[in-house]
This record gives sequence, structure tokens and C-alpha cells, in this order.
Amino acid sequence: MSEERSGANILVESLVKQGVEFVFGYPGGAVLPIYDALFGDERIRHILVRHEAGAAHAAEGYARSTGKPGVVLVTSGPGATNAVTGIADAFMDSIPLVVITGQVPTALIGSDAFQEADTVGISRHCTKHNYLVKDPADLAGIIDEAFQIATTGRPGPVLIDIPKDVQIATAIWNDGPAQRRQRYAPRTQGASAEIEQAVALIAAAKTPILYTGGGVINSGPRATQLLRELQAKTGAPVTSTLMGLGAFPADSADWLGMLGMHGTYEANMAMNQADLIVCVGARFDDRVTGRLDAFAPNSKKIHIDIDRSSINKTVPVDLPIVGDCAQVLEQILDLWGTRKGRDLTEWKARIDGWREKKSLSFPANANAIMPQLAIQRLFALTKDQDPIISTEVGQHQMWAAQHFHFFGPNKWLTSGGLGTMGYGLPAAIGAQCGNPDSLVIDIAGDASIQMNIQEMGTATQYRLPVKVFILNNEWMGMVRQWQELTYESRYSNSYSDSLPDFVKLAEAYGWKGIRIENESELDAGIQAMIDHPGPVIVDCLVAKESNCFPMIPSGAAHTEMILYGDAVAGTMDDEAKALV
Amino acid sequence: MMHIKQEAEERHVLTVTVDNEAGILAKIAGLFTARGYNIDSLTVADITENHAVSRITIVTHGPPSQIDQIHAQLERLVPVHKVVDLTEVGPYVQRELALIKVAGVGERRVEALRVADVFRAKTVDTTTSSFIFELTGAPDKIDTFVAIMRELGLVEVGRTGVVGMIRGAEEA
Repeated sequence: MSEERSGANILVESLVKQGVEFVFGYPGGAVLPIYDALFGDERIRHILVRHEAGAAHAAEGYARSTGKPGVVLVTSGPGATNAVTGIADAFMDSIPLVVITGQVPTALIGSDAFQEADTVGISRHCTKHNYLVKDPADLAGIIDEAFQIATTGRPGPVLIDIPKDVQIATAIWNDGPAQRRQRYAPRTQGASAEIEQAVALIAAAKTPILYTGGGVINSGPRATQLLRELQAKTGAPVTSTLMGLGAFPADSADWLGMLGMHGTYEANMAMNQADLIVCVGARFDDRVTGRLDAFAPNSKKIHIDIDRSSINKTVPVDLPIVGDCAQVLEQILDLWGTRKGRDLTEWKARIDGWREKKSLSFPANANAIMPQLAIQRLFALTKDQDPIISTEVGQHQMWAAQHFHFFGPNKWLTSGGLGTMGYGLPAAIGAQCGNPDSLVIDIAGDASIQMNIQEMGTATQYRLPVKVFILNNEWMGMVRQWQELTYESRYSNSYSDSLPDFVKLAEAYGWKGIRIENESELDAGIQAMIDHPGPVIVDCLVAKESNCFPMIPSGAAHTEMILYGDAVAGTMDDEAKALV
Repeated sequence: MMHIKQEAEERHVLTVTVDNEAGILAKIAGLFTARGYNIDSLTVADITENHAVSRITIVTHGPPSQIDQIHAQLERLVPVHKVVDLTEVGPYVQRELALIKVAGVGERRVEALRVADVFRAKTVDTTTSSFIFELTGAPDKIDTFVAIMRELGLVEVGRTGVVGMIRGAEEA
């Protein structure tokens, strides 16, 4: 069937055709025709956020927890610019988003019209691809291609800017597949010579390690399964980046915990001493490597990544394999066949020696709840429900990564690359939309939660029972920690002054508010949070000046970890200070 | 005290074949600024009958690892079909065109014309006190010519930037 339809109508039909269930958005002048086309349409559920940054993060949370692309709809000008942080976040963490922005009518573009911004220009370097649609006849093809680009290859955000007149003008709409050229075909399989070399290197390694990242999660549940099979066949210990948590089960004897700046002692030492690093869908980020010239100096490195530009970017590798994690792992496993792994007893014994450091331990505190303990209790009391955890950014995020444990993919939503405070609450909302029966908890800090706290209203409106667990230490804790360690405790603007009463705030939004002040109330408070059928804020008052350890200080080698009880200088030379 | 460190750099000529769509030039030029890469010259023109595909020649310099990243980052852009690093793949031809305006009278004017002849430059405009020369060649030939003209009354230089192509019968 083909007929004339408006651009707005073609957009909505195209979204339905893509299987879109939710659109996270906020209306405004330049998207009114699209909102009118959505009116009364029950095939797509529109989630009205309170700020466009919330829309982008909610779409990210939805995407990360379901494996499906998140869809955002915002107006021109401030609508688009407000969404940019979330788009940039999705770009850094490879989250598939399709972002629809309204634009002023074609004839007014460039005239500094009301609510005009150069959205395509502004978003150019934080999207995987973007479009300005000039003719409604192009819309169906562009939307179809946008979903393909967002979800295949290295996933990422794709933005479609649609001027208002293009939303109103008509074009022929056809129910059949969208007619367009096929120009995007990322490489997904490794070359057989590469696979042979990889198998040979793995088989020969005496001290191998699997270093996995968000690419394993993005590749889908099959990649997670294949990773576990490869581990079982080779016996290699596994560490993961922040983004890759959940790909490998945290209760395995061969799990080393997260690596990097706040990773475990055993993970970083094993990376350092490995003779073979098999990097699967990770990118040797500066938070992982520490000082580059001291990073894993005696290892051969295999790097499996679907994005060729991630390979040899910061760390030169011996065997690059450009391809999809699942497909390449399957190729390796096929060739591995029934081979037996090398005896790694000696290697495991050395690792056990490093585990003895108990690098995640923290001192007891009789007067205040230690934040690490709060996370441990939260984990203990919720793990049976297989919760989805989102976080904001800061100390609480690292403590959550260290002390909450994951057993499967798509359960851990955090802003890794961009490090966006304010990510967690909207991400939890998006995740709850996509997983209505799951327990979804945003582990937050008192500072971060205020960055998108307006989204409480969204959860109330759609009866989303998200839980926000605030580790309240009255500081921007990570900033304070860096100031303590590198600026001799000159706490410049890092104190969270004038905090709201979070319990009253919760109540003002129609949420339940719970305050936990003492360790004796901790379990009961968490249980009350779980038991409440609606949204809850828990304001958990924790020890105010706890630091997050282990920590590789800026400019240090990845073996130079500060642990609890180490003497800390409180200052740093300029070279180190200049690093991120 | 801290100082900014410098690394040894190489000059590379890249050709990039792209979909001829709105914003592609901004995308490529912006990629270079956003990631801190250098552009020495950039030329672009569409090369197909239906105007669907453009060819861009970029001259850049940087440490070898950065050149490799530039190649990978360009390939990552959806409208980019192909990136060829001419400097890597083998002998290639590079040419640019320059217009050079020189003003002067008497002996200097005669000398300018004589040098132009040596360089096989074409005289494309003349007044009693000036010339515009058109010169085609590799960048160093143009550099040399301009350097000489500087002493002979150089007024203005316009250069197209480099276009390059691999030698031999094959497409790169």
C-alpha cells in the first residue's frame, strides 16, 4: 500500500516498523507536528522526561538494559543542546541511540530563527552519524539506515535533524522495506590467519589473562556465553573494565575483579605480569593502563575489537583482530576444538598471592556507616532478585563496581567514558521502562543525584518503581579525594553545601523517602526500600571522608596502587597533575 | 616544572573517497581539529558523472602512530568509502597548481620572467608593471619558485593544495 503521508507520519510509521516501543522525549515548537502524529497512537509509548538530558540518558539506560536501540525525541535549539551530553555519553560508551531533533523550517535555517541551533554541526563529533533531512521523501530511507548504523558495527548514537516544514510536507509512504543504498557494512569476522595465530598464542601462554570490556556486552548475550566457554577451555583468569562488568560471573574462581584505576590489586598485577593479554572488546583506556610506558611490559597482546580505530590507539598490540566479539570468539573456539589448556597452576598460585592483599578491604568504623559496607549489604539483600544497577559518577560508582557483583550482561548501567554525573536516575528510569518486572536501583552520590533530580517526576508520572540509593557523605567525594591526595587537602568547592532533605524531597514527588543513619538501621532500611512497590529514595548517611581504594594515582604505573593503610603524600608533581 | 613534549613527525598524503553529501567536508575537517591532527592542505572535488562521490586529498603530518589513527578514524565515518595513504602504498604523483603575482619594473621584471621560463610557468596575466604566473608541480617546486619570487617583487600567492595519485595502471 502506498499513499501520501506527512513527514511526521512517515517518521512515526518508520519507528513502528523498527519495533520501537518507547520514545523518551520532550515537546517544543519545532517538533509539534511529530507530537501530533504520536497523539493517541498506542503502538509507541512516549515517556515525557523533565529535561532533555534525562531523555538521552533514559534512552541509554533502556538500550543498555535491553540490548535494543533507545529513541529520543526533542525539539530544536535548547532541546537539542540539552540532549548533547547524553548523546556524547552514548558515543563514548557505544550505546545505540536514534535521536530525533526538530529543526526550524528549512527556509529559516541560518537566519538565527527562534530556537535555532546548528544541531548537525554541534552533534557532528559526538554522534556516529547524523543527518539533516531536507525532503520527507528521504525520511523512510534515512530512518532505516540510522537504525542500522546505530545498532551494528560499534554501536553509537545517530541523530536525525528534521526541519518543521519537512515534518508537515508530504511524500509517498510505502509499507514495504525502505528503499535505500546499502553503504554501511562493518567487518565482523576475523581473518583465518589471525584466528590461527590467536589460538597459537593462547595455547602457548604460561600466564595469560582475558581482559574484557563493554564490547562483549554490546555484542549481545552470545558473546558473554562464548567468553565463558573460552575461559573454561583455556583456564585463563578474567578481568574486566568498568563497562564490561557482568560479562563474566563474579562468583567464578577465575574472576579477578575490575582492573584499572580503582581495580583490584590482583587484576592489575596479573595484567602487569601476564605474558599474553587477550583484550576482548575493551580499548586500553587511560583509566585501565595507568602510565603507558609501564603498562604490561612483558606481554604479547591480542586485541579483538569491531572498531579498527580502537586498535593501536594508545597501546600497540601484537595481533589485532577487527571483528565482532561474539563472532571472533566463536572462530577461536571452533579452531581451539578439544585442545587442552596449559597447566596454569603456578600462575593461579601467584594470583592467589596477590589476592591475599585483600585490596578491597576497608577499615571498620564504629561511628559511621562505611560506604563500602552499605554497598555490600545492598548487594547481599538484593542479589537474589538479579537487580539492574545504574550509577551516577564518582566514589559511589567505583564502590558499586568493586562491591556489587554481577553475573550476567545488561545489569550494570554506568557512564564510563564520558563520566557523566546525572546519568544514573534517568538511566534507571529507561531501564525500568524496558524491564518492568526488574528491581532497578540507582546507586548515587549526594552531589551526582542533584544533576538530574528533576527526573523523579518522570518516575512518578509513569509509576516506575525505581530505587535511588544515595551514599550521602556531604561531599563531591571523588573531587575531595583527589584534592586530599594531590592538592594537600585544599578542598576547593567540593563540599556539598545546602543539601536538600532527600526524604522530604522524595515525599514532595510522591516517592517514599527513607533515611539510614546508623549501621544498625542499614539492613532494615534496604529491606524497606525493596519491599516498597513504588519509587524510593534512600538517603544513606555514610562516613564523610572515606577514600576509594585501591587507587592508581594519576601518572603512576598500574602496579603502584594505593591501598587502605598506605601513607599518602597529599601532593603530586606537575607532570602527574596535568594528567586526567 | 613541566614542558610540552614533541614527537618526530612524518608528512603523509591521503586520498579519501566520500559520498558527496552535505556536511562531509565539515565532518572531515572537524575530525582533524577535534582530535588534534594537522591539515597542511586539503582539496576536494566531485569526481563522478552523477556528482555522488567526491575525492579529497589531505596532506597531513604527525607521528606514525597518529597517521595510523587518522587513517582509522577517517574510515570510521559512514560516508567515507575508502582511504588510501599514498605515502604508505608506494610511488605516487603529487601536483598542485599555484597562481603567483609579481610586480616590478626594469631588471627585476626581466629576471622574474626568465625564472618563470626556467620553471615552465605560464604567464596568464600581464600589465606593464606586473605578471601573474601559473605554475603546476610538486609542492617543493612551487615552494622554490615562490622563494625566488619573494626577492623579485612577490605580491600574492594562491595555491590549490595537493592532489595525488598512485603510479601505475591500478586503482589504489
